Amino acid sequence: MSEVIHADHHDDHAHGPAKGLLRWLYTTNHKDIGTLYLWFSFTMFLIGGVMALVIRTELFQPGLQFIEPEFFNQMTTNHGLIMVFGAIMPAFVGLANWLIPMQVGAPDMALPRMNNLSFWILPFAFSMMISTLFMEGGGPNFGWTFYAPLSTTYAPDSVTYFIFAVHLMGASSIMGSINIIATILNMRAPGMTLMKMPMFVWTWLITAYLLIAVMPVLAGAVTMMLFDIHFNTSFFNAAGGGDPVMFQHIFWFFGHPEVYIMILPAFGIVSHIIPTFARKQLFGYTSMVYAVASIAFLSFIVWAHHMFTVGMPLAGQLFFMYSTMLIAVPTGVKVFNWISTMWRGSMTFETPMLFAIAFVVLFTIGGLSGLMLAITPADYQYHDTYFVVAHFHYVLVPGALFSIIAAVYFWIPKWTGKMYDESLGKLHFWLSFIGVNVTFFPQHFSGLAGMPRRIPDYALQFADFNMISSIGAFIFGFSQVFFLYVLIKTIRSGAPAAGRSWEGAKGLEWTLPSPAPYHSFTYPPEVKNEEVHG
Amino acid sequence: MTVKTEQQNEIRRTVKKLALVVVGMCFFVAALVPLYDLFCEVTGLNGKTGGPYVFDEAKTSPDTSRLVKVNFLTNTNQGMSWDFWPEKGAVRVHPGAANTVSFYVKNTTGRPMIAQAIPSLVPSSAAEYFHKTECFCFEQQLLQPGEELEMPMRFIVDRGLPRNVQTINLSYALFDVTERIGLPADVQNSDPASPIAGG
Repeated sequence: MSEVIHADHHDDHAHGPAKGLLRWLYTTNHKDIGTLYLWFSFTMFLIGGVMALVIRTELFQPGLQFIEPEFFNQMTTNHGLIMVFGAIMPAFVGLANWLIPMQVGAPDMALPRMNNLSFWILPFAFSMMISTLFMEGGGPNFGWTFYAPLSTTYAPDSVTYFIFAVHLMGASSIMGSINIIATILNMRAPGMTLMKMPMFVWTWLITAYLLIAVMPVLAGAVTMMLFDIHFNTSFFNAAGGGDPVMFQHIFWFFGHPEVYIMILPAFGIVSHIIPTFARKQLFGYTSMVYAVASIAFLSFIVWAHHMFTVGMPLAGQLFFMYSTMLIAVPTGVKVFNWISTMWRGSMTFETPMLFAIAFVVLFTIGGLSGLMLAITPADYQYHDTYFVVAHFHYVLVPGALFSIIAAVYFWIPKWTGKMYDESLGKLHFWLSFIGVNVTFFPQHFSGLAGMPRRIPDYALQFADFNMISSIGAFIFGFSQVFFLYVLIKTIRSGAPAAGRSWEGAKGLEWTLPSPAPYHSFTYPPEVKNEEVHG
Repeated sequence: MTVKTEQQNEIRRTVKKLALVVVGMCFFVAALVPLYDLFCEVTGLNGKTGGPYVFDEAKTSPDTSRLVKVNFLTNTNQGMSWDFWPEKGAVRVHPGAANTVSFYVKNTTGRPMIAQAIPSLVPSSAAEYFHKTECFCFEQQLLQPGEELEMPMRFIVDRGLPRNVQTINLSYALFDVTERIGLPADVQNSDPASPIAGG
């Protein structure tokens, strides 16, 4: 029966992409939109990276050499906002677009037109935000956490552009998440039960729920700012009966789940790459799923650990300290499972595997400094120092970012049909690995010694650590430009890749030819047990 | 094709549910604001003291067995140059007794301004036991250039104050709300374009 239908309709679906540039504007194809997201996030990553290098140039030596403090503040703020909302999040959404339909055996995303809209909102949002840097009075300069009243009473006039940019980003994320959940819940190939889903799909399912829950909270926070600034309300203004501390509660109620939004898909990616190159099944699939779900739940009840110093009763401090430390349990489960997966495996160390192993090691370092920060009395010392900067850069750069780079190396043969140059990939890895550690490891020390964050100048005693940090930042920055070269070289002249590009790779996407056809799984594939990770 | 349409219906149902979650979360954020105020009021956490208190002197007697020290702190919010200080830095009072203190304020600028004082009290466990029958913080003060004012504040420390609380610190921050409230028409500044500090 199905064979007959197949023959009848096959011609209708055999067309390729439309020609010309408008293809990218009108496309509803999940692969096209995935590509758009990935290139967009790479562009944002380079812009945010240039800002980071401006910061590190100024901090190379104590004293003010290159830029004004006011511009320095705009650089730190925009670096944070662009990397969080413009680089990491869209990169994960791009990967979700490319991979989720292929991994669950669906022909496309559930809502292809909304998919197009959620992407095309983003360039407008970020043009609007970045354009404020060229306006009179400058762009956002209040830190990426935009605490009121810094971001309301004392904000530059351009803050309204920032607020609407955040609204747009939120709308894009919410639509993207609804699309992802609808795809995963309704469009899986017959036989793919929830507990047979690949880990990347599982982590994105949970991430999408987090996004839907907290993006409206962020939108609410910036809307209250908008009202305080323009409509004379006093949500965050003590003079009118409001409370600036409430801003921090609302922001971090969004902000803490947000940091897991940026790491859960990374967990999924690493759970694909490590089994592939260890040539073993993922150890403890079920516990991995439950660990991700527990981390997601805990992310909602730990927010105040970002604000221990606002003056909280002892009971509150203890609650947030212990609930934060509890997160180490499911995270530990995941780290142990990755290590157990590698245990006695026939390991090889291709570039994606190198990035994945570096992820496990360096993310764990970031997790440990997180535990140190969770200790309330110690946090009074660490709060707002470079120790915090070192902590969250360890979980975001060799954490989230390394996983994205690993994913690109791992799946690029599937996307382009071409294999990257292994020795260039390895060179990129080692440059990045050395660069990231030289940049951020010394910041632990300068932070413990008391160097505050978000300052353009510092006391002489921190000079050496800062100089090392700046050198590392330039190594890291230029190695990402090298990454761009590796990618372009792969796309233009990479060696042809096989359908199953990696010997140990499992999953429905590897049953497709490389490059994956423009329309894949128009008819649901058979889910064979040997392709299932669990 | 029925499989396809059935799937479309399922997707539609999922999207509707998820959209409801989004709408629900929007209401949740809106509700967070009153919930936050309620939480602070119940726990006294942010040191806010309550509104006007009705005090019946006949029904209560001072607890002469103990004295509680009440410290007064005053400051003006950034950019506001008024003089503002308490008549006495501290008083010792019996719980249950009515006390009157006064605060001095002077508009040192060359234009009429409206000020609003915001109280904050520590320890927070004492917030619900600190009652004010009369306070300048219940209303705004409009002062002409150079005008000064003695502002009374009548308060009672509740007899129920936990015995371990021996000192209460009450701080007042004075905010410039001229722009927010707007000057009445009859005292409009001759130079409306003059910059207003603190925004």
